[in-house]
Amino acid sequence: MKKNYKIDVDCANCANKMEDAAKKTPGVKDASVNYMMLKMKVEFEDEADAEAVMAEVLKNCKKVESDCNIYF
Amino acid sequence: MNSRQKLTLIRILISCALLAGIHFIPVNGVIKALLYLVPYLIIGYDILFKAFKGIRNLKALDECFLMAVATIGAFILGLYSGEGYEEAVAVMIFYQTGELFESYAVGKSRASISDLMEICPDHANIMGPEGSLIRKDPEDIETGTVIYIEPGERVPIDGIIEEGKTAFDLSPLTGESVPVSAGPGDEAVSGSINLKGLIAVRTTKDFSESTASKILELIEDAGSRKSRSEKFISKFARIYTPAVVLAALAVGIIPPLVSIIFGNGAEWSIWIYRALTFLVISCPCALVISIPLSFFAGLGGAGRSGILVKGSNYLETLSKVDTIALDKTGTLTKGVFDVTAIHPSDMDEDTLLHLAAHCERYSSHPIGESLKRAYENENDGCSVTDVEEISGKGVRASINGMDVLAGNEKLMDAYGIEYKECHLKGTTVHVAVNGKYAGHILISDIIKENAKSAIEDMRRKGAKKIVLLTGDNEYAANDVGSVLGIDKVYWGLMPDEKLHVMEELIKSSSSSDKKVAYAGDGINDAPVLTLSDVGIAMGAMGSDAAIEAADVVIMDDDPGKISKAMAVAKKCMRIVKENIVFAIGVKLICLILSAFGMTGMWMAIFADVGVMILAVLNSIRCMFVSSNI
Repeated sequence: MKKNYKIDVDCANCANKMEDAAKKTPGVKDASVNYMMLKMKVEFEDEADAEAVMAEVLKNCKKVESDCNIYF
Repeated sequence: MNSRQKLTLIRILISCALLAGIHFIPVNGVIKALLYLVPYLIIGYDILFKAFKGIRNLKALDECFLMAVATIGAFILGLYSGEGYEEAVAVMIFYQTGELFESYAVGKSRASISDLMEICPDHANIMGPEGSLIRKDPEDIETGTVIYIEPGERVPIDGIIEEGKTAFDLSPLTGESVPVSAGPGDEAVSGSINLKGLIAVRTTKDFSESTASKILELIEDAGSRKSRSEKFISKFARIYTPAVVLAALAVGIIPPLVSIIFGNGAEWSIWIYRALTFLVISCPCALVISIPLSFFAGLGGAGRSGILVKGSNYLETLSKVDTIALDKTGTLTKGVFDVTAIHPSDMDEDTLLHLAAHCERYSSHPIGESLKRAYENENDGCSVTDVEEISGKGVRASINGMDVLAGNEKLMDAYGIEYKECHLKGTTVHVAVNGKYAGHILISDIIKENAKSAIEDMRRKGAKKIVLLTGDNEYAANDVGSVLGIDKVYWGLMPDEKLHVMEELIKSSSSSDKKVAYAGDGINDAPVLTLSDVGIAMGAMGSDAAIEAADVVIMDDDPGKISKAMAVAKKCMRIVKENIVFAIGVKLICLILSAFGMTGMWMAIFADVGVMILAVLNSIRCMFVSSNI
């Protein structure tokens, strides 16, 4: 299952960091951040609950870049 | 500017003013330090806060932390030497200015490029119960519903016009600004703008399957197919910061220790200052921002000219294209049969065409259609009677009392009429009047007007070898090949043979820097499009099969766009390389200069922010596609 989320982040390097953080979150198979479109594309593991996983993703992203947001 | 950017700007201005003011206050020692602490905290409080958070989350090596260490370090050094506080404040001010510029410039270009891509309308009108139009979410419209599009609105869903006449502006899709008129029975492609009248359109697809939605999806996904350069940069950024920090540690510790070993003074403050300068240069911002921005701008610029590139990796491949294989029908030729020559023997050209067209009055054969198209007012007052179709040969008819034959050589032979062979290639229609040969008309698939210049442009943009792949016969293929100056013509190919030829082409251009492109209409050559290094689908407007299969989609069927796509790709890659070399180069020079104490923090931050601003401005150039390539 793949989903697209709108994100808010201020610098390109921070976007890269968010991508790394999202990829390492359990339940996420793959993630890719498009800084220019301000979009995050997340591919979930098969039985993952998207809402719960995204809450974790946001938490992990906040750790690497406090000034970011993901709208889900 | 958004509110956060405005706040940053105000903070920058206030701290600049304070910095200038404090400079003239005659105080020394701790009081001076405390005074400078005011503008420092005003400009840098968020950085310090983030740095603190970074430490708590064990992510120490982020740029906020490094900036904080560098500036706080400069302050502490200042307590010893009694000066240098300005420098710490100035570094913060420059850093924030750079960040502000970055977010502002990127926001601006994001908005202007996204505007180009705003091709999906957010509503569709349907007829309400009281005969007035009501707006609905296009997602809720079922296939086969009649929707109404008012002048000035965009078509939300693909469909066929039921009622109303109008002209469409297809420029959002094709980049072509000449309006196209349309009426009942014509296709309305989503994304195009209705210029004139209210039209009723019966939808033939769902919103999500419509052209505009497909294109939007494609553009949004393009960013996630990252190019080698982008991957290189994100790897580089990951290594660069820790490497510079290690270098800073080395500069701060090793030379003083060596100096002590040799019995000289340690000069700690000098070396620590140089180490702190290293930290100031440790942010890879210029690279990390400008490379994706270049690609994004390149994709946007191409999109504005009706060329959709599915990812920055394909821009990279396009810039290295060495061999181009082209499909013939529909790509280089118009794919419709047209009258290309009229050779009468004893009457004028118009009369001959007139007679031939009349013979075909009741015919629906492609040849007959093309004759009728060539003679516009076929349905005039002339009497056409006793029409007799002679299967496989032609037509016999009585026109204004004359006995007219129109058909191939076999028809002439059957009536014992002597005819002349035409010296041109194509399908010949011979005409005889009252048993006497009157001349012939040549019908062939015509080459697009700009096909020849398109091929020349491709060569100018770096294509070394251009080949033609076609299922057509030897004559037609070689004819097109020689007219257009194509290097090699492969004719009579079945679809699987096309694949085979493509395999050979890819094998023969063994070097990784020489890529093979294939351009076709994407209808029956999807496997070849997929196999080639970069597949270019031509005339893909309204055909989502082609959009699926190709890497680059040219919305209209203009072969000149192939070289344009190559030009955009080349320009984009050139700018990317410029930025990589420039940004890494300036940083290296700064590191070396500051290691030898030839430059201070001032210079370092100035260079750092300057490089970033220049690189960003350079990236934005990718968006502008010259119209006369």
